[in-house]
Amino acid sequence: MAENNQAQGAETQGLSTTPNNSATPSPLVTALQQQNAEWVGEVIEAFGEVTVVVPRAQLTAICSYLKSAPGLEFNFLSDLCGADRGPEEEPRFEVNYHLFSTTKHHRLRLKVLLNEEDAHVETVTGIWRTANWHERETYDLLGVIFDGHPDLRRILLPDDWQGHALRKDFPLRGYEPYSLT
Amino acid sequence: MVANLPPQFEVVDRPLDTQMTLSMGPQHPSTHGVLRLELVLDGEMVVKATPDIGYLHTGMEKLFEYKKYQQGIVITDRMDYLNPLGNNLAYVMAAEKLLGLEIPERAQVIRVLMCELQRIASHMVWLGTHALDIGAMTVFFYCFREREKILNLIEAASGGRLTPSYFRIGGLMMDIPAGFERRCKQFTNDFPAAVKEFHTLLSGNKIFQKRTQGVGYISAEDAIDWGLSGPCLRGSGVNLDLRRANPYTGYEKYDFDIPLEESCDVWARYMVRMRELTESHKIVVQALQRLQPGPVKADAPKVVLPEREAMKTHMDALIHHFLIVAEGFNVPEGEVYHAIEASKGELGVYMKSNGGPKPDRVHFRGPSFVNLSALPQMTEGEMIADVVAIIGSLDIVLGEIDR
Repeated sequence: MAENNQAQGAETQGLSTTPNNSATPSPLVTALQQQNAEWVGEVIEAFGEVTVVVPRAQLTAICSYLKSAPGLEFNFLSDLCGADRGPEEEPRFEVNYHLFSTTKHHRLRLKVLLNEEDAHVETVTGIWRTANWHERETYDLLGVIFDGHPDLRRILLPDDWQGHALRKDFPLRGYEPYSLT
Repeated sequence: MVANLPPQFEVVDRPLDTQMTLSMGPQHPSTHGVLRLELVLDGEMVVKATPDIGYLHTGMEKLFEYKKYQQGIVITDRMDYLNPLGNNLAYVMAAEKLLGLEIPERAQVIRVLMCELQRIASHMVWLGTHALDIGAMTVFFYCFREREKILNLIEAASGGRLTPSYFRIGGLMMDIPAGFERRCKQFTNDFPAAVKEFHTLLSGNKIFQKRTQGVGYISAEDAIDWGLSGPCLRGSGVNLDLRRANPYTGYEKYDFDIPLEESCDVWARYMVRMRELTESHKIVVQALQRLQPGPVKADAPKVVLPEREAMKTHMDALIHHFLIVAEGFNVPEGEVYHAIEASKGELGVYMKSNGGPKPDRVHFRGPSFVNLSALPQMTEGEMIADVVAIIGSLDIVLGEIDR
């Protein structure tokens, strides 16, 4: 059975999945690189989507540039979500910023990698106000702290909840039944 | 007098303070579920509004990580329960993107057809409850009459009224049944008259106009900044519809308009949705014409369940069926974000696979979640009675907000 699954994995991988870093990079990435080469870490182009891993310290600068630069105009933050790669991974957390342009209709994903003991990243609420609730959700479920956020409280879980439910080491059913009393 | 009180009583001494805090919901009928708003009022004017959500949180995103890809579809039904087929579509398309599956033409047409029917059904609930909140009760019954017809169609195709799970990874659960097209045509023939009725009941109604025009203003820049999408964004005059901007499932082949309104208020959002009813109806008619015989499942035996008959006659079909059900299928490593234009706006699915049969992370970008976050922007400075109208115009579903 394992063989079967592997064979199928190889079959389905076929067309688009292999990251082609060496081939022609997306114009979005070249624009970023021209502006500041330090901004672009790893570039992953797969499934027709472009992901740029960016250094945490420059995140807000990059976002401001992407929002205002002519030809890029990423004025719409579609989504912001975090993910836990697992407690044994280092860096453990990633935060994904899905940018969209309402005029150019193109998309770009920025990714910031964070260590567990220093899971802090600068807020982007100053650039797109919609980031407010997304960041609160990411804080609530994963425990990533967004520095400078105007109102970083839990949003989905109760205020007195212990732990962060979407972390991989948090059990599916919780540690004990939650009681409101 | 204050000094004699026990220390646990905290007395706030503000004699001339006219502001009061009002907790609206979570049981308030116009909050469409279990939304709580903390309103700071000055007289009847809203000074500050703070939405409080999470009452319906059920940890769905956590649950996805413990379910196989095909099992996740049924969870999506329960998010935006007024638009379950839209949720199905976003989820299965994200998985199909990872798998690199080609979907047959007939399945794509049926997907468009069902999604547009579902969009009309979703707008019917919005219209009925929005009018009910503002005080027009009759519309509600007319809307639910039309919605019932659509739910019957969805039930005929999928077996479920509210939780169809009709779209599967690689195609559809099964083909539409015999007689479906006839019943669907009957619906499309009758529907324009129903839209006329709604316009007669509401659009020309002076009270309704007074309650909605100039209320809940949000400018185009603010709307983009707050991430509004769908009819709320188009009500602010921003021409963005993902069916046009990033076409999926063959939407580029259909002829339809994108309704735009410039007045940025509750009335604009109302008019956008009303005009969308007609556009969706147009797409349904075109999809019915496009419907050609053909397969409804992709040719990927290791991902798509085999036909029942094949399982009884072909050994490999039986093996594939067993493997898919017992072990699931492996999805290539990677991450995708797929966004569709659901009835309420941009519904995005972020899916990350680590190569196994269960996703590593699934995140839903719910349009209701983001649209609701802009509520303070629209309500502050308005009258308290208008808050109800503004919530109605956002068309939120708490199942999707809280997940």
